[in-house]
Amino acid sequence: MTKTWKSFQPYALALPQTLVFLLFLILPILMIGLVSFWQFNGYAMVREFTLGNYSDIFTSNVYLTTYLNTFKYVLLVWFFCLAIAFPVAYFLAFHIQSQSLQIILFLVCTVPFWTSNIIRMISWIPVLGKEGLINSLLMRLNLVQEPVTWLLYSDFAVVLGMVHLYSFFMIAPIFNSMMRIERNLITAAEDLGASGWQILREVILPLTAPGIAIGSIFVVTLVMGEYVTVRLMGGGQSASVGKLIQTQIGSLQYPLAAANAVILLLVTLILVVGILRVVDIRKEL
Amino acid sequence: MTKISRRTVIRTGLAAGAAVAATRCAAPKAEAPSGTPANPATSPEVNTNQTKDVTLRMIGTGVSQINEIRKKAEEDLGFKIEPRALSTEENNQIAITQPGQYDLFDGEYFSLPLVVPSGNLQPIDTSKIKAYDQIVPIFTQNKFDGAKVESAQGTYPFKVMYVKDKDSKEFATEATGWATLIPFQYNADTLGYRPDLVGSTKIVSWAQLFDAEFKGKTSILDIPSIGIMDAAMVTESAGLIKFGDKGNMTKAEIDQVTDILKEQKKNGQFRAFWKTFDESVNLMTSGEVVLQSMWSPAVTAVKSKGIECVYAPLKEGYRAWGGGVGLSKNLSGIQLDAAYEYLNWMLDGWMGAFLGRQGYYSAVPENARKFMSPAEWDFWYEGKPAAEDMVDPFGKTLEPKGAVRDGGSFKERMGNVVVWNSTMKEQVYLVKKWNEFIAS
Repeated sequence: MTKTWKSFQPYALALPQTLVFLLFLILPILMIGLVSFWQFNGYAMVREFTLGNYSDIFTSNVYLTTYLNTFKYVLLVWFFCLAIAFPVAYFLAFHIQSQSLQIILFLVCTVPFWTSNIIRMISWIPVLGKEGLINSLLMRLNLVQEPVTWLLYSDFAVVLGMVHLYSFFMIAPIFNSMMRIERNLITAAEDLGASGWQILREVILPLTAPGIAIGSIFVVTLVMGEYVTVRLMGGGQSASVGKLIQTQIGSLQYPLAAANAVILLLVTLILVVGILRVVDIRKEL
Repeated sequence: MTKISRRTVIRTGLAAGAAVAATRCAAPKAEAPSGTPANPATSPEVNTNQTKDVTLRMIGTGVSQINEIRKKAEEDLGFKIEPRALSTEENNQIAITQPGQYDLFDGEYFSLPLVVPSGNLQPIDTSKIKAYDQIVPIFTQNKFDGAKVESAQGTYPFKVMYVKDKDSKEFATEATGWATLIPFQYNADTLGYRPDLVGSTKIVSWAQLFDAEFKGKTSILDIPSIGIMDAAMVTESAGLIKFGDKGNMTKAEIDQVTDILKEQKKNGQFRAFWKTFDESVNLMTSGEVVLQSMWSPAVTAVKSKGIECVYAPLKEGYRAWGGGVGLSKNLSGIQLDAAYEYLNWMLDGWMGAFLGRQGYYSAVPENARKFMSPAEWDFWYEGKPAAEDMVDPFGKTLEPKGAVRDGGSFKERMGNVVVWNSTMKEQVYLVKKWNEFIAS
């Protein structure tokens, strides 16, 4: 009796989580997959099989350009997030000696998350706008005659907004990885005569790789599905796959939106698998 | 003593339960005095009392889901109203796909060709609407003293005002007594501009949205059914396209319009596109945009911030829209009575006056007039110079004494409507091409 219970125990423990996943993750995705094969007649879905939604996507070059544009955002945002997050995490982990100060400074990194992300984005308008802070400064210093317009409602603004939103998702896992690095390793490297740069490259970077990978997964998946930032910072003029899907949903074209969502999911999964192939994050866990 | 088996317990229990249920169901009909909740009387006074416990859930666009209106309605009617403010798109989505989520649908006429076939609205018995005959005839008969608006293109309200009968989902071509929506707000839209930023140029035509002079300073709204109409006005005025019927374009015409829009976008003509009311206000107040498609209260919102903004009367005429409230098919009994009470209250004047002070027109102007000061009426409806400062419902001054409403009187503005917001036969194609334009 107790023996069967023992072997049954792990399944029982995993059951609630499994049910939650099945119900709230697997089932909705299956539904989306199903709907993506339905037809649409202008105001409602028709439950009849069609491959039209997919053939629409693969034959129109709008989707291709939109995907390329989204990849561009992913690449830029990922690069800048990493460029900001690595030094910040390094500073927090290795330069701050007191643990309480470390915690306080880490919490300071979360300050931007204390307001809603829409408010954070709207507050960029008075900074970047034609009559905004930067432009009025440039004008007053006589550096430009006409306000600079590419600051707002441009790809620049979209990338800026997303880096602002997501760099923390890179900072946290990198910081975590760095904190787990055995300090004796660094001392040993120093004893063996390694320079600061060598320590960073040969010791810290490889040991931080899982953190970078986890952060990259966060940033890549978030940016792939992004549409709010793209709309508000891009002034509705920039395209991303997420925004395309949102416009289709807004026009009630659920089957087409579902087909797009399925493809987006596959593309994102491929990217994530790619990251996991490069770095073994299990070391981290 | 007999042994009580499990079976007998269940049998007795069931019998007792059934008996209780039967008496509870049957008895009140026979015994309850007339007028109690269990036995409703037919007189309207008693119904009014009953509706006290009713809550009506209302979905609509942010424009009309104003707290002050809800409070006043609850105060006057005695039942609760739960409004939910949504974007135009979400509003239609919920109306079509989630009929259980609302009792009242506050939507636009152009969305009806999508919403009505879903069968989620029940036709409104116009004989139960007291002020029905006083409603502006644009809606009820497509008549307006022979003005231009009578031949306007697009999804004009009368086209979708009636269904064939009580249970029909098909639009009727003449007045049948079964209405889809009861109108309560509508307006003639045009381009808005910042007179301090457009320079010496006079804005007189839709075509000017594409003027090289305003490169990088214009905006158009990103809702396909509305945006395409503005785009049609612009391209037609600029002599770029000749439409057979702007309100029902062919695929070739849609291609032409979107190609021109794409080209303009590529050349950097637009600063941004907007989807919500607030976005259009922000674009204008921040000076990012100097000329754009705009809604009337957005212009007043810009003005109330102390910034000059003109709602240009253009020589080609206006693009109009109309909003009304429809009934969910789920409504019945007391709830349905309450919903009709709301519809009647809506036309009673207080709400019309409230919305009128923001620049909207009421479906029954004479009733709204009762709740407006003569100076307000003269300014908003007659197009006369303001005899005193014009103050919006929230206490902000919109126009100083002596100002005249852009475009003039009700007759001049509504009479010069040439096109209404539209849902076309080629709606699916339009949305597809519109997406291409936005993504290009």
